Amino acid sequence: MTPESPRPSRVYFFGTCLVDSFYPEAGLAAIRLIEREGVRVIFPRGQSCCGQPAYNSGFPEEARTVARRQIRAFHEEIPIVVPSGSCAGMMKHHYPTLFAGAAEQAEAERFAARVFEWSEFMVRVLGVRLEDRGQPLKVTWHTSCHALREMRVIEDSKSLIRQLSNVELVELERERECCGFGGTFAVKHPAISGAMVYDKVEDILATGAPRVIAGDCGCLLNITGAIAHRELPVSGQHLAEFIWERIHDGD
Amino acid sequence: MSETPRDRILARLRNAPRPELPRPPSVPPPTDAPARGERAARLKSRMEAVRAEVHLVPSEAWLDRLKEILAVRKVATLLYAPQTAIGEALRHAWDTDAAGSPELVAYAGPVETFKERLFAVDAAVTAAAGAVADTGALILRPTAEEPRLMSLVPPIHIAVLRAEEIFATLDDAMRAGNWPADMPTNMLLISGPSKTADIELILAFGVHGPKELIVLVLE
Amino acid sequence: MMGTESFEQSAERALADDQLRKNFAFAMGSFIMKRKAVFSDEAETEQLRARGQAIKQRALSRLPELLEELEANCARNGIRVHWAETPAVANRIVLDIVNAHSATGVIKGKSMVSEEMHLNAYLAAHGVEPIETDLGEFIIQLNGETPSHIIVPAIHKNKSQIAQIFHEKLPGTPYTEEVAELNAIARRTLRRRFYEAAVGVSGVNFAVAETGTLCLVENEGNGRMCTTLPTVHIAVMGLEKVVEKLEDLPPLLRLLTGSATGQLVTTYVNLITSPRRPGEKDGPQEVHLVILDNGRSRIYADPQLRQTLQCVRCGTCLNHCPVYTRIGGHAYGFVYPGPIGKILNPQVEGLEKAAPLITASSLCGACEEVCPVKIPITALLRRLRDESYSRAPTSAVPGHGCRSSLAERLAWQGWVLVNTRPWLNRMMNAVLGAIGDFLPPVGPLERWMRFREEPKFAGRSLHRRLKKEGVADE
Repeated sequence: MTPESPRPSRVYFFGTCLVDSFYPEAGLAAIRLIEREGVRVIFPRGQSCCGQPAYNSGFPEEARTVARRQIRAFHEEIPIVVPSGSCAGMMKHHYPTLFAGAAEQAEAERFAARVFEWSEFMVRVLGVRLEDRGQPLKVTWHTSCHALREMRVIEDSKSLIRQLSNVELVELERERECCGFGGTFAVKHPAISGAMVYDKVEDILATGAPRVIAGDCGCLLNITGAIAHRELPVSGQHLAEFIWERIHDGD
Repeated sequence: MSETPRDRILARLRNAPRPELPRPPSVPPPTDAPARGERAARLKSRMEAVRAEVHLVPSEAWLDRLKEILAVRKVATLLYAPQTAIGEALRHAWDTDAAGSPELVAYAGPVETFKERLFAVDAAVTAAAGAVADTGALILRPTAEEPRLMSLVPPIHIAVLRAEEIFATLDDAMRAGNWPADMPTNMLLISGPSKTADIELILAFGVHGPKELIVLVLE
Repeated sequence: MMGTESFEQSAERALADDQLRKNFAFAMGSFIMKRKAVFSDEAETEQLRARGQAIKQRALSRLPELLEELEANCARNGIRVHWAETPAVANRIVLDIVNAHSATGVIKGKSMVSEEMHLNAYLAAHGVEPIETDLGEFIIQLNGETPSHIIVPAIHKNKSQIAQIFHEKLPGTPYTEEVAELNAIARRTLRRRFYEAAVGVSGVNFAVAETGTLCLVENEGNGRMCTTLPTVHIAVMGLEKVVEKLEDLPPLLRLLTGSATGQLVTTYVNLITSPRRPGEKDGPQEVHLVILDNGRSRIYADPQLRQTLQCVRCGTCLNHCPVYTRIGGHAYGFVYPGPIGKILNPQVEGLEKAAPLITASSLCGACEEVCPVKIPITALLRRLRDESYSRAPTSAVPGHGCRSSLAERLAWQGWVLVNTRPWLNRMMNAVLGAIGDFLPPVGPLERWMRFREEPKFAGRSLHRRLKKEGVADE
């Protein structure tokens, strides 16, 4: 299986604000896994948030201000790898819309064309090969809506898990259903969001897997928070962190 | 001249910005469009999947098959259209030998005077003007001689169709018949007996339209 | 509308109703499977959807001409066309026709536009009995309810609830949960009404400008009864329902039928071009078409929002929506539930009334993935959210800026500051890393924690870790 795109020598890494604040280990693992393939990773310190929270909440001007920062911070024409389908989707699919008709339109479109979601990059550009050193484990995969419908990387993500010989991947029965995070949706409509995450956890429980792996930290915060609230024996982990542990005999 | 609602609505629509739009993408012919030889079989399987009963019969045998169908269901009165080809064939057959067959009832006058009889007959027989194989539907063109309610009110509707008038798709039927040039008062596609799934999505047949649809395809 | 109950309250009430949730979860899951089965070839389906979108967009781009062409051809065929800017005017038109024939009741086929008009209540208030004949509408009418779904109005009810309604509201009806028997009861009861009715009211699925033809689809046969038996047939439609040509119908019918019920074709496709012609023995003597605006011409004026008008009312966005599945149709409190309701109701009724609807979505995109005419629902929802805060002097959407608040503006400006000043960002993360666990559960945090443990801030952010690791920043 050969990589689809030419292999770069250097890439940018956009951590995302949720990884930065809540899951730095996942960001570290994602970077190390890229470096392991001989690709140099650059992390511009001026980066912060992709702007999606404001964009989705009715504050496009504010979103543009923050988005502009990211576009300028990642100015070189090298790929930008993002450990989140949601943020990658925002940058790749919505930055052109956000800046349509603005002075930065062309710049935004060039930026958007360089964005890769992390698992997509590992599979299609680096053609990574993984050797599983961990103990037998059953896991299930949760996809974010953006990873599924915008970035369309669900198969890339699952293929990485399937490379791990001691890991059994059991798919969720309602794999395509939203977990109910939706950014501010979860706090603007708590009961509806709560019902959605409740059902997502039920779906996870039904697989019998003690661990749920996800590629998006918004979903992870939501799902693991709901699991902990119900004191259930299931843990959640970001895909990059999971893979890093497995290939280093973690678990 | 005072402005009417029509004027105001159209004015608002005309004042709106008008982006240029391309023509719709051209569509390749559907890959499973049934070939001529397969159409009757495809029609039959599609319609039977929704509980229609489809008989493929040699054209000279259709009247006998019709009589069997009517006898099995103990149909006592059969509504028909005397001034159609089917109607004439029926009249002739019944004149020759009507033993054991239902009474032929003609749609005698306007529905205003005929209604009570219409709602009392057991079955009706009409022609079908054609059919569409890929989705499984008959095409009916009611006329002054063969009114609309014949295929709606009686609990059993029997439709007689010639196999060579089965089209692969509705597009084909519309093109072949040049429908836009001459639309009748009412035209119908009928794919099976009436049904509903309004209660818990449980499918139930025979609601307000016929409970049974029987198709005789003459080959 | 739900009266004084807020959307949030209605939603919470629905979420707590186990039977309702079970009814909807089952039904929507079923619809999803059926749709998938009938659109199993992904490439072919995408092509068909693109075609549907192009047909509707082309028709909309010529809307005023097509409406005039439709009117001219209808008139030539003998169909009388009426124009109504508001539901009140449309209702008056219907009533005038009914009164002209001294009818005391009308039989009705299912029509969402007639719900939008609140036609039934209007007729009843003027001494005319509206009789719903679609089985789902019949059931909810007996129980004094409004539809909870565009296609299956009584889907929020299960067999035993329906059996109870029939038993209580139809005199002499025994209690039975047998679906075949319930249907037989409905058939018997309504058959008499079909027989006696002088006026029939219906909606329109597609109105073909080329020939002046009204296209209606159904499975039960009640629609044909309402449009054929009575002396008078009144069809009501939103002005966006006009299509250019007959040849547009096959792909649109395939899309509508497959999306709505997972069928290849409905039992009946009914093409009406004129009233009874001389020599014909049945069919209505008069056919009327009432074209309703009710805000559609205003929606039309905005090129982005105009896409709302592509809707063919298939209901599949409802079926795939994780919010609708859980709260059902009534909780929305408006005529149109589900994703289409979220973008349509605010534009028709105004943002002030309908504002809660536009935030009640996680923008998951399941709806637009299946919309047969590719309405970009999440983009339109975002647009409406923008409009609800917009302080521009004018806007295409009534009630724009109704959500604008100093507090929220300041909050987002704070967010901008934190995300454009790296030193501030680092400081926030350091502070939250230290005290995050001790934040008081108020406001958004309290709402989060109703169903989840609070999120744990990392001791050291990724920025700090990477600085320590020596990862390059240039």
